[in-house]
Amino acid sequence: MADVAMNVNGEAVRAELPDNTLLVDFLRETLGLTGTHVGCETSQCGACVVHLDGEAIKSCSVLAASVAGRAVTTIEGLADGDALHPMQAAFNAHHGLQCGFCTPGMIMAGVDMVRRYRASGEALDEAAIRHELEGNICRCTGYHNIVRAIDAAAKAM
Amino acid sequence: MSVAKPLPHDAARLHVTGAARYVDDIPTPAGTLHLAFGTSEIAHGRIVAMDLNAVRAAPGVALVVTAEDLPFANDVSPSPAPEPLLATGEVHFMGQPLFLVVAESHLAARKAARLAKVEYEERPAILSIDEALAAGSRFEEGPRVYARGDAAGAIAKAVHVLEGSVEIGGQEHFYLEGQAALALPHEGGDMVVHSSSQHPTEIQHKVADALGLPMNAVRCEVRRMGGGFGGKESQGNALACAAAVAARATGRACAMRYDRDDDMVITGKRHDFRIDYRVGVDAGGRIEGIEFVQLCRCGWSMDLSLPVADRAMLHADNAYYLPNVRIESHRLRTNTQSATAFRGFGGPQGMFGMERVMDHIAHALGMDPVALRRANYYEAARGGGAAPAPDGAPRGISAKMKTGAELTSRAAAPGTGRRYGGAYSPENARPRTLTPYHMEVEDFILHDLTERLLATSDYRARAEAVAAFNAGNAVLKKGIAFSPVKFGISFTLTHLNQAGALVHVYQDGSVHMNHGGTEMGQGLFQKVAQVAAARFGVEVDRVKITATDTGKVPNTSATAASSGSDLNGMAVQAACDTIRDRLAAFVAEGYQADPATVRFEDGKVHVGGEALAFEAVVKDAYMNRISLSATGFYKTPKIVWDRIRGEGRPFFYFAYGAAVTEVVIDTLTGENRILRADILHDCGASLNPALDIGQIEGGYVQGAGWLTTEELVWDGKGRLRTHAPSTYKIPACSDRPDIFNVALWDGANREETVYRSKAVGEPPLMLGISAWLALSNACAAAGPGWPDLQAPATPEAVLAAVTRARA
Repeated sequence: MADVAMNVNGEAVRAELPDNTLLVDFLRETLGLTGTHVGCETSQCGACVVHLDGEAIKSCSVLAASVAGRAVTTIEGLADGDALHPMQAAFNAHHGLQCGFCTPGMIMAGVDMVRRYRASGEALDEAAIRHELEGNICRCTGYHNIVRAIDAAAKAM
Repeated sequence: MSVAKPLPHDAARLHVTGAARYVDDIPTPAGTLHLAFGTSEIAHGRIVAMDLNAVRAAPGVALVVTAEDLPFANDVSPSPAPEPLLATGEVHFMGQPLFLVVAESHLAARKAARLAKVEYEERPAILSIDEALAAGSRFEEGPRVYARGDAAGAIAKAVHVLEGSVEIGGQEHFYLEGQAALALPHEGGDMVVHSSSQHPTEIQHKVADALGLPMNAVRCEVRRMGGGFGGKESQGNALACAAAVAARATGRACAMRYDRDDDMVITGKRHDFRIDYRVGVDAGGRIEGIEFVQLCRCGWSMDLSLPVADRAMLHADNAYYLPNVRIESHRLRTNTQSATAFRGFGGPQGMFGMERVMDHIAHALGMDPVALRRANYYEAARGGGAAPAPDGAPRGISAKMKTGAELTSRAAAPGTGRRYGGAYSPENARPRTLTPYHMEVEDFILHDLTERLLATSDYRARAEAVAAFNAGNAVLKKGIAFSPVKFGISFTLTHLNQAGALVHVYQDGSVHMNHGGTEMGQGLFQKVAQVAAARFGVEVDRVKITATDTGKVPNTSATAASSGSDLNGMAVQAACDTIRDRLAAFVAEGYQADPATVRFEDGKVHVGGEALAFEAVVKDAYMNRISLSATGFYKTPKIVWDRIRGEGRPFFYFAYGAAVTEVVIDTLTGENRILRADILHDCGASLNPALDIGQIEGGYVQGAGWLTTEELVWDGKGRLRTHAPSTYKIPACSDRPDIFNVALWDGANREETVYRSKAVGEPPLMLGISAWLALSNACAAAGPGWPDLQAPATPEAVLAAVTRARA
């Protein structure tokens, strides 16, 4: 067992966990933050993307104990009260979802890529968005509106 | 009016905030147990001994269940042929559930399941189509044959005769949310099941049988699925029954979800086919006679394979008039996962066979592929084409069904169908309108739709540019292709074309809507809510969308066959209209007006020159003891079908579409890309253009994926080697076309569907065939020979086709 403390969505959390507890299971089962989904369990599909100290990671392949002391942001921590984050608002406005299961991971990946490109000064054009989304699978939409949503959010962020 | 507005998905805000709940997100009671199956390690054989002591002794294990421990039915089949939940002596595929582990956690259950020591007496496994044919391993007594005219005679007399064969791979659904169920034991032995299922009534029925209960003791609730695509029509039965049996045994809530690899290894996929064909055409390319042999690999159990294979036969014509035609369909039983429903339900395979023939004819005759297709189209629709009258006499369904057969399954009555005294022969059928199954095509719009798409996609100029590119490039070759879609709408098992709804208006004027359809992302709930809002003349946010619940609307058909909006929209409309008529009669009386003049618009009830607030009228009606709750019911008119003879009108109408796709291949490696896709698709008068366009975009990419990157591979032992997205290539964001233009055809449905809309779930998937045809076109540009491209067109398949073209 490991005594794991970290910051999740701005709040300090602490739990006794088996050493092999995955971060996604800690978030979903211990903290009840079920917006982070488990799709493939092998870090291929991206449904489980969260931010670790502001950077996107796949929480299905990270041990909770290995990120003790660090800050995690999940989809539930993105909005400012009732005000949606621009990325969330863009997915809503541009029909960037159907079944919705990939959506939280897509949004977390989208926020991460906008931040990274801004920091590096590179242009986040459509080709770049499509390349950056290779680690996130959507089986419903054909991606068209997801790319539009991220493009629109990048301009609004 | 709320109908026809491009409103976002009803749960969009919940999805973007992570608040939308799927089955595995539902808060569970303390002490909830978790389940996993132990599965077969061989493809075919007999279980000699099963030592589960180590499983029982593993940490956290509460219970281990084998077939002998099941108290009642051991059957999760949607068809009359039984399919055990847990194996009973014989195993039929690698991955078949043998026993069930019930433990304190998901991980504990999975780990324990690996500790079993099972001794098998292995038997030869039948894996391929050829092995099944050689062994006579099949469902039904022999091949089904649908025919019209004299195909062999017409081919013998034709100017040109071609023959060939094409392999068509299967497809993994890869719904992002895996299969899941949660069973909650209630008082008196009742059971409530939350299931990620397209078919709550079948879940209810199967769970009831597994518990020895009548259906009224089981309630199934489905709020949403994280994707279904047909993979949750029957494949959730096993998890729901397992969870319910364990919940009954332990008295605790039981949850089950498949790990992704387990999901891919256990559940069925799209049927793979081989289609052999022989066709005779005249000098101008018109088909005189055609023979198809469709070889369908069904896997180990019957599941929904018979209606899937039927639908493949019913789409063997696609959009073309076949004057003399014979379609022979073999439903082959193999020791692999039981293939199941997948978006299109056999239609895509049948249609692909026809488009492959068109590709072959165009290449052999050196004809323009678009001109060839148009020359073979059905006759264009005309106004007022008479529809055949339905046979009014109800008949029995089948004498061969097992006791307690699931009547709401698409596989409910194999071997039977509605029968007629004489041959089905629609009167007044015009020339070149009869399908191979004797239904007149009355609504054929592809002549005009094709013309418009060719213009908007700039097809002619681009085809010339592709030829010029190919003339100047030795290594890279481009291809461009047009393909049409004509897809039949209705369940081919006629009695499934019914739906129910339950609508309440509360005293504050808010509306509660429920129907038998399930939400899997397609936007059904929003479209139907828009219908309800339009009937009451209120904004859609006044309509509460509620989870599908067998306790509210019973005896539902699966949300399948693209039927969700057509059926449930009409049922909800009927329920709303019942309440609306009561309200109209009530307010009209007060104003001494004719109830027929009362209008419901803009949140107001308009009567006798006055506009009353909807909620005020509702409140007043309640005070005057007017019932504000109603059920609604709908059954699709005009349809009659005899699946044995292959005659009738199985479809209420057809949905149409067409696509032009341009690709490029690398002739040295076979690598390829889709450069551009242009689509024009027919949704009738769309209930929600934004949601419909989403279905079209997603359908195209999924269809193109099926025929390009998505390859299922079994090894010689029957082990599925592509059991995760690391080895099974789902189209990624970078695989979709660089340029992707999607537009809706702006005509209304000529049949009286809900607001004259058309079904949209499945038809667009088949637009993806144009991507495969474009790849074939690019391969053909590499040399003079026939490339004989197979499907899926992986880089390996493309490279082989290029080699053949150059030979």
